[in-house]
Amino acid sequence: MKKLINNPLKCADELVEGLVEAYNGECRHVGARSIVKNDIPEGKVALLIGGGSGHEPIYHGLVGRNLADGAACGDIFAAPPPNIVLEATEAVNRGKGVLYLYGNYAGDVLNFDLGAELASDDDIEVRTVLIWDDVCSAPATQKHNRRGIAGLVPIVKLAGAASQKVSTLEELEALAKKAVLQTRSVGVSMSPGSIPATGKPTFDIDEDKIGLGMGIHGEPGVGEIPMTTADELTAQMLDLIFADFEKDEEVAALAPGDEVLLLVNSLGATTMMELLIALRKAKAILTERGLKIYDVLIGPFVTCQEMSGISFSITRLDEELKGYWDMPCQSVCYSKMEGRNGG
Amino acid sequence: MAKASLSVNEVRDMMLAAADQIIASEPILTDADRALGDGDHGVGMERGMTAVKEALAGKDFPSAGKVFVGVGTAMMSSMGGASGAIFGILFRSGGKAVGDATEFTAAHLATLLREGTDQVMTKGAKPGDKTMVDALDPAARKAGEVAGLPIDEALVAVAAAAAAGREASKDMIATMGRAKTLGENSLGKPDAGAVSVAIILAAMSDFVAGL
Repeated sequence: MKKLINNPLKCADELVEGLVEAYNGECRHVGARSIVKNDIPEGKVALLIGGGSGHEPIYHGLVGRNLADGAACGDIFAAPPPNIVLEATEAVNRGKGVLYLYGNYAGDVLNFDLGAELASDDDIEVRTVLIWDDVCSAPATQKHNRRGIAGLVPIVKLAGAASQKVSTLEELEALAKKAVLQTRSVGVSMSPGSIPATGKPTFDIDEDKIGLGMGIHGEPGVGEIPMTTADELTAQMLDLIFADFEKDEEVAALAPGDEVLLLVNSLGATTMMELLIALRKAKAILTERGLKIYDVLIGPFVTCQEMSGISFSITRLDEELKGYWDMPCQSVCYSKMEGRNGG
Repeated sequence: MAKASLSVNEVRDMMLAAADQIIASEPILTDADRALGDGDHGVGMERGMTAVKEALAGKDFPSAGKVFVGVGTAMMSSMGGASGAIFGILFRSGGKAVGDATEFTAAHLATLLREGTDQVMTKGAKPGDKTMVDALDPAARKAGEVAGLPIDEALVAVAAAAAAGREASKDMIATMGRAKTLGENSLGKPDAGAVSVAIILAAMSDFVAGL
């Protein structure tokens, strides 16, 4: 794999340095490896995200205007250690508490929990909401065991907007939980990414196979299926999302008239051409079901180096969530104007 | 000739030898993790043990316990990921339980492993889940049995128990961490964390045998 890097073991540090430059004065580097907004007002309920590096433009690229206040950045594909979580927590705290909002991975939970313990020694109140949108990583009855994938982009956008408006940590926690509950994703992979430090692919897969439900680090999903067309794969993936809304007793099934965000994500190597072909089919399927697409997000948001693959995420919006969606936001990962861009 | 106990400097040098052995084993750990996880365990352990070497080499420690706490802190703050937190908890809590002993005996080894393993298990993994606990818990049990032996003989037995635990993890189905979604497909391969535990204890044993 030809990779344009310097020291393979310094990739995470150097990419965060570059990210600070990309923000061009809006954010700064804090502690060992955190990125934090410069203009967090006193008395604001803070939103902290984070996770392993190597999935750019998330997670750290979602720090920004009406988005997250800061991110604790781990090494490539590894959760940030507790001392980094603590440094980020202290830097974003403005006295109203800090919400941790991140993908549900064992390493992240262990390290963010240890970081929260250290923060409580400093009398900083921390609440945690885990993102578990990947429907293929556990059945609906065990959804809290699921992994977090691309659905985190609309979830962080909604929570970031809400963090500007709420007056308590509890309100922000409740809003984030609602956004998580209404967001479901399905991903596939066709070929692996590689770890910069080893140069090795994260998994093996045959040329004529697709890993259905595969995670963003190449974790196996529901199984391998034969290579197929964009339209057939799109239908199969969306069916899994529809079925999950039906099976989960905690949410209503998707019904005609429901308004949804549709995110079409590239895992890295899959091209915009392929995403657009899939979007065209997804739009037809959702319309046929009577669903209204309130807004569309399309592009590489949650990646795994040069992994090829695609994921769909659907977030059902109610009036409260629409209000937060309509707020503008700006960051390296995602920016939008007031109102809605597509749909 | 049997060695009853280790000085604090010998404990430090034993852990430096373990760090070197893990760094040399990076390709083995990477391959073990690629089979079941995302393939970053080897690089993470290499990073953690490089930090351990920086924290330990040439330094004087007041007690054996402080050496292990230093190992845990270096791993926890440099590695990240599940492994960093878990190895940090293992060595930090185990080291604190060993306390201010300046002669490290087999009884201290038993305390280190038992308390460290118990604290790791409070995070959710239990024996049989195909995690590093499957090498740690048998090692801790064996250490309890051989707590009256000279340290070199105890370490040989404990390292063998960890290796047996690593082998036994091949027949387990993963229920924790990223490998859990593999289900029965995780059969036949050892857990990468259990491989690391076995390497560390074997290196500790080999170092003490050479004293």
